[in-house]
Amino acid sequence: MTDDNSFVREVAEKKYEYGFTTDVQTDIIEKGLTEDIVRLISQKKGEPEWLLEFRLKAFRYWLTIEQPTWGHLKMPHINYQDISYYADPTKSKNKEPGEIDPELMKTFDKLGIPLEERMALAGTAVDAVMDSVSVKTTFREKLQEKGIIFCSFSEAVREHPDLVRQYLGSVVPYKDNYFAALNSAVFSDGSFVYIPKGVRCPMELSTYFRINARGTGQFERTLIVCDDDAYVSYLEGCTAPMRDENQLHAAIVEIIVNERAEVKYSTVQNWYPGDSEGKGGVLNLVTKRGHLRGANSKLSWTQVETGSAITWKYPSCILTGDNSQAEFYSVAVTNNHQQADTGTKMIHLGKNTRSTIISKGISAGKSQNTYRGLVRVAKDAEGARNYSSCDSLLLGSQCGAHTFPYMDIHNDTAVVEHEATTSKISEDQLFYCNQRGINTEEAVSLIVNGYAKEVINKLPMEFAVEAQKLLGVSLEGSVG
Amino acid sequence: MLQIKDLHASINGKEILKGINLNVQDGEIHAVMGLNGAGKSTLSNVIVGHPAYEVTQGTINFNGKNILTLKPEERAHEGIFLSFQQPTEIPGVSMVNFMRAALNAKRKYKGQEPMPAGDFLKLMREKRQIVELDSKLTSRSVNEGFSGGEKKRNEIFQMAMLEPTLCILDETDSGLDVDALRVVAEGFNKLRRPETSAIVITHYQRLLDYIKPDIVHVLIDGRIVKTAGPELATEIENRGFDWIKEEVGL
Repeated sequence: MTDDNSFVREVAEKKYEYGFTTDVQTDIIEKGLTEDIVRLISQKKGEPEWLLEFRLKAFRYWLTIEQPTWGHLKMPHINYQDISYYADPTKSKNKEPGEIDPELMKTFDKLGIPLEERMALAGTAVDAVMDSVSVKTTFREKLQEKGIIFCSFSEAVREHPDLVRQYLGSVVPYKDNYFAALNSAVFSDGSFVYIPKGVRCPMELSTYFRINARGTGQFERTLIVCDDDAYVSYLEGCTAPMRDENQLHAAIVEIIVNERAEVKYSTVQNWYPGDSEGKGGVLNLVTKRGHLRGANSKLSWTQVETGSAITWKYPSCILTGDNSQAEFYSVAVTNNHQQADTGTKMIHLGKNTRSTIISKGISAGKSQNTYRGLVRVAKDAEGARNYSSCDSLLLGSQCGAHTFPYMDIHNDTAVVEHEATTSKISEDQLFYCNQRGINTEEAVSLIVNGYAKEVINKLPMEFAVEAQKLLGVSLEGSVG
Repeated sequence: MLQIKDLHASINGKEILKGINLNVQDGEIHAVMGLNGAGKSTLSNVIVGHPAYEVTQGTINFNGKNILTLKPEERAHEGIFLSFQQPTEIPGVSMVNFMRAALNAKRKYKGQEPMPAGDFLKLMREKRQIVELDSKLTSRSVNEGFSGGEKKRNEIFQMAMLEPTLCILDETDSGLDVDALRVVAEGFNKLRRPETSAIVITHYQRLLDYIKPDIVHVLIDGRIVKTAGPELATEIENRGFDWIKEEVGL
């Protein structure tokens, strides 16, 4: 039973279902990145002076630093002057202001994200973002009745400038890293959420990101503020057309969790992963971080990462509030030539803070899948606890799985546990399933979903079903 | 039911089966005996279509159909079941999900609707009791942490669920103590319908005390060298295999 026998012989590419493009008139600014471009973006969005200043500071800082190379990634050269930093598909002529191009509505319908409220998923409000602009946010009025703000980032800047100004860059400062600086300079749209004190958000909030235009990057920015005793569950989904070029996606998500508040943030990332030869695909370089400012606050990141040619993201938590609790649940699937370097950082500052890390990496084809995580316990963080479990599952012998768990403990009372396993779907397991009448594709899906169950179960019900299907589809053709 | 003609098969280029002929009629139980390395497990693996083995010559017909062109799962749907010598563990996949996938795959192949969840769970309960399989085991992952005896019982349980017409028991007695062997064998007998056939692969007589064969074959060096009634198994138990080797001039 040799590995190169029937098991993982060919890595055929399952057709990426979301690879279509939308033919819509799009206002794209010229390629390149200069101070003038930053000013132009700010001007197109009609931004106040303080925000332009924020952008310019970030841009000037970005110019002074280098792209990081520490990831376990073979990064293609990114020519930052060959990318357009702003594409607006809502600017087609001959339409009333506020009216949405039917082509855009159709696109989101096709993606399973109907923007007509009467057709929408029950209990989910959606902010739909294409390229650089938010197309529509559903259920806004209904949420407003409870004082909840859910709108595009641009609107938030116009309508709630004080809130935005207070929190923007407070969790991820523009100096945080190279891509954070880039995003801070050129970010376009994204979502803004504010849940007032004591309010439990009655529906799932979700943002759906779609890249459409060629030669552009997407630089969205999400800011979620959950005030004392409030609760929100938020979901992010992403897809892109199939293109033979790499497309850059450098986003920032900042979350602020105040006293006794709770935020659940779930991501199902299915950007175009490139073809089976590794051509094209989205470069997903994202900084996500939550600040558990309040005592007894909770934040939970759940991510199912199946897409992108390269994924570089570490949704992290800063546990400042005493007794705050943070969780990171992740499934990262890589197939063909995909590369993922993903994990989390848990920074324990407050007393009796707890964090849990459950990471499941699944690698197939010729892909490379890395878990990279940091658990830091500060000097004053009495009684901090962390439990980490990082498992890797390999399909075949040409892929790689790597684990880099960093620990930085400065308090003797800390209890930090780390477990890691690596396993492989064996030919024996597949044959055992075959002999019972289960074909190989189904067997892989069964095994992978069993393996990822702990994480999938953390997703909201409807998305869990989607994620399950996605895991099966992403690995289709990965076993010969 | 099963006709094997002049079957040659090899693994990694090495020929293991060198011309097997075997006919199994409806309802018959055939024992295949032989020393380690004679090709007994290869024979069972080739019948169920294990991809590591290459058939270089000969045919296998099952209910009139040439099954050599069928995939392993299709052979299973046609009604062939292998009780593995060493059942594989599949962590993370519960027995319930596994059996459900298997049963519904077969139903789909037969053009039937998936079995409703309630009916399915009832069926699990019924069949489980026949092989005295603990209900805890069916809620665990497939074979994970099962003892040797539990794994074998689990094989017979799966057989009960899938109702095959040809069962191949590949050294089901290996690693079982007498009590476990009795439970497994009796379970098999209870589950067997009059038309169900079986090929029982074993070194020893002891399994055949419980599962009585109609015909006994001796496999030496990739060939069936002797075929007789059940008395042959007793004779092997008493005299070993050497006399057969001498008799056929090996």
